[in-house]
Amino acid sequence: MSEEITSLILEDGRRLDGRELHELRPITMRTGVLDRADGSCYLTWGNNKIICAVYGPRELHPKHLALPDRAIVRVEYRLATFSVGERKSPAPRRREYELSKILAESVNTILFLEKFPTGTIDIFITVLDADGGTRCAALTAASLGLADAGIPMRGLLTGCAVGKIEGKIVVDLSDIEDKEGEGDMPVAMIYNSGELTLLQCDGNFTLEEIEEGLKLSKTAIGQIYQMQRKALLAKYSQIKESLDELGEEEE
Amino acid sequence: MRSNEIIGNLERRYLTDLLAKGDRKDGRGFWEGRQIQIVPNVIKKAEGSAMVRWGETVILAGVKAQLGSPFPDTPNDGVITVNIELSPISSPSRESGPPGPEAIEMARVVDRGIRESKIIPMDDPKLCVIPGKTVWILFVDIYVLDDGGNLIDASAIAAMAALANTRFNKVSIDEETEEVTLLDETEPLPRKGCVVSLTYAKIDEFIVYDPDLIEDRGKSARFSVAITNEGLVCSLQKGESGIFLEEEILSILEKAASQAKKLHELIEQNSQVTELKEMFRFDF
Repeated sequence: MSEEITSLILEDGRRLDGRELHELRPITMRTGVLDRADGSCYLTWGNNKIICAVYGPRELHPKHLALPDRAIVRVEYRLATFSVGERKSPAPRRREYELSKILAESVNTILFLEKFPTGTIDIFITVLDADGGTRCAALTAASLGLADAGIPMRGLLTGCAVGKIEGKIVVDLSDIEDKEGEGDMPVAMIYNSGELTLLQCDGNFTLEEIEEGLKLSKTAIGQIYQMQRKALLAKYSQIKESLDELGEEEE
Repeated sequence: MRSNEIIGNLERRYLTDLLAKGDRKDGRGFWEGRQIQIVPNVIKKAEGSAMVRWGETVILAGVKAQLGSPFPDTPNDGVITVNIELSPISSPSRESGPPGPEAIEMARVVDRGIRESKIIPMDDPKLCVIPGKTVWILFVDIYVLDDGGNLIDASAIAAMAALANTRFNKVSIDEETEEVTLLDETEPLPRKGCVVSLTYAKIDEFIVYDPDLIEDRGKSARFSVAITNEGLVCSLQKGESGIFLEEEILSILEKAASQAKKLHELIEQNSQVTELKEMFRFDF
């Protein structure tokens, strides 16, 4: 259907979408976008669009899943049927189960679950439009959703994939780079402490390339972390502004 | 938790006391709808899509087109199916899992409006690639992102708006092997007009159009009408265990016919791709 791709890196050293090798795609983040959810986040990352709703801490059903000394975290990562090239059946596939599991494990590390015994914190993520790097984007959105819900956290989680195309390590693979390239390495961490909470890779990397990838991902994650902070602050400065306006009216 | 399936006695009293005074929580008249915002073509990977904010309800509809086999009784017609995902994203009281009876009823009501109105002519030759063998199959998938009440009408308008900007690939057919190749060029989905849904809720003896979340939960019955731009009624659905009287139904139908026009205009205005892609709290 589409033309054959001959090269993922053009003659001028840029990538197919015009980016430099270590350049992120444009990212926007908004919190508090849904009224029903306790916390929510809408994130666009290149052509990715992700919505995340967070509930909790709340009572857990079915009860037999409850733990006596702490809350559990349930993450549901799903692809919308129309988010991918060929329509995906609405029923989750193996990939969605696996990603939900590793995302939940990643989120586990930043929450004070012992504060909410027998309860649950539920995170629902739907990828509305997919264009590569959705698990990192999903995790980035989920941690904003958690913060928006006012759930105490040790830090923000931030994710970004690096990968290998044409023998070069690049930051933030697009869908086509992921499919046609030599390897993909999603990374997520608590940026402030440098602790890695998610690390996967598929493809072929030398040890040196992995080291380079980790270094590049940390720089990229630092940039995204700053955007997360800004998105969270934006919500509260908005509230402050509207309160100030109210105050002025009363005077 | 800011919403619950169950409505408290106090809340119900508040609702009916207001209605008895001729008022509603947000100050609307009984026959007045909420503000509607449509942003067409928001999903790159979909053949057609639309995001809709209907009052406090937010819905995303996407259309995927793929080649498949026709039904044996309509060998030359394309196929359309509507599916609604009432995901837990939309409300704390929803659980994950395959669509339950509520979501399936809603999807079928929306589906019926589109199907019976023949707004998308499924017998159009463009939708039939090889007679009896290969036709276009349209999947309309509706994701409820925030449940602020009246999901049927909001889903129906989202589905219609998504179909209005749907484009699918042209094909070339190898005469001998009957092999079908998708071309890069696309063409718009054939469409003859549009259809909208209008839902009325019965709360005590009162009838209101476009119930919000609390009215939705406090209602004893609902009545949904699908009307085409030519004024034809193509689907009715009475739901829940309350009752309507004959004269109530007739007055609803009369109201619906006049109220539908505004909705049809709204769909046509937003049928084409706009430069401005913004919605309260969202960007694309």
